[in-house]
Amino acid sequence: MTTVILNRRNLLAAGGFVVATGASGLLWPARAEDLAPTESMTGGSNNYRKGAAIVDRIGKGGFWMSGTVRRAGDGVPLAGQRIQIWAHTVEGQEHEPQSHGATLTDKNGAFRLEMPQIIPIFGQPHGHLAYDSGEFKTVFLRPVMRSAKETSLEAHFVLQPA
Amino acid sequence: MRLARAALIWIALATAICVPIALAATSPQLAWRGPVYILAGFSGIGALGLMLVQPLLIAGYLPGLSAYRGRRVHHWIGGALVVAIVVHVAGLWITSPPDMIDALLYASPTPFSPWGVTAMWAIFAVALLAIFRRRLGLRLRTWRVAHMLLAIVIVAGSVVHGILIEGTMETVSKTALCALVLVAAIKVLADLWARIKRGSLRGEVITRQ
Repeated sequence: MTTVILNRRNLLAAGGFVVATGASGLLWPARAEDLAPTESMTGGSNNYRKGAAIVDRIGKGGFWMSGTVRRAGDGVPLAGQRIQIWAHTVEGQEHEPQSHGATLTDKNGAFRLEMPQIIPIFGQPHGHLAYDSGEFKTVFLRPVMRSAKETSLEAHFVLQPA
Repeated sequence: MRLARAALIWIALATAICVPIALAATSPQLAWRGPVYILAGFSGIGALGLMLVQPLLIAGYLPGLSAYRGRRVHHWIGGALVVAIVVHVAGLWITSPPDMIDALLYASPTPFSPWGVTAMWAIFAVALLAIFRRRLGLRLRTWRVAHMLLAIVIVAGSVVHGILIEGTMETVSKTALCALVLVAAIKVLADLWARIKRGSLRGEVITRQ
């Protein structure tokens, strides 16, 4: 009878397999080929105004919106991508032009734009971001702040070709 | 002595409703809101306050009001609730149409929206049933059971809606008001249910209007 599954040899072999696959996971931590594109969030496009101008800062600032833009699949950072940002802030409501602005990603695919403090609107302190430049598929994000007292917020884009 | 007790009950009720409203009126967030948005918000807070009065009226817990008067006031406040909800929704719609449309379509990213919208439909349903129940030929018992079931939806929906919102209401007073609304509704509904089951709730008490 050779039905014994749990003997020492099997355990050692299985253990070795786990260690080997685990170690390979550590050596190549980002299985970048699998990076899935970011889906637009519900309500993300609410009060969007197409074509917000690229600005150094929205209004008087005091709050930081930051994030990254990468390519779906291989995860390569995308430089020079235009990200539009808007929110209900201490300087205006979501739909008002002064609440909107845009910025470009740097060579590492990161963006960072100073804007007025976001305050809760419709029951949640949240911001809106859009990638809507045509080269990749449009994505609208709507990140929520953990607390209305926070002075920064992050959102990350993984884009797929349009 | 009875007068003192009556005064105490009314003062407690006024405090439970007015303190949360007064604290919301001091919210720093009001500075960043337009008048329509402010009106919409307070309309919702007011509706939550009225929701505490409704079961107390129908159970006859409020001194100085006869059963008949209590029932009449309950009807009027029911109407006021409908108006408050309409103002709440209309004001929010004007403030941000896409957000309100998402909420009404149950497609909103905010977890509290479906609770509020469901409570709204339940309030409208009670109002319509109350207006048309004779024309519909509803039996008194059927109407009562329907109203009680809808009241559960209204209270549960409104309380969860209110608790989850990060808005102008101060947290402690909001939680206290929501707890009172919940306790009052559960107590009155349980008593009514027991009476309906026992068959001791007389039809004429309700039909003499």
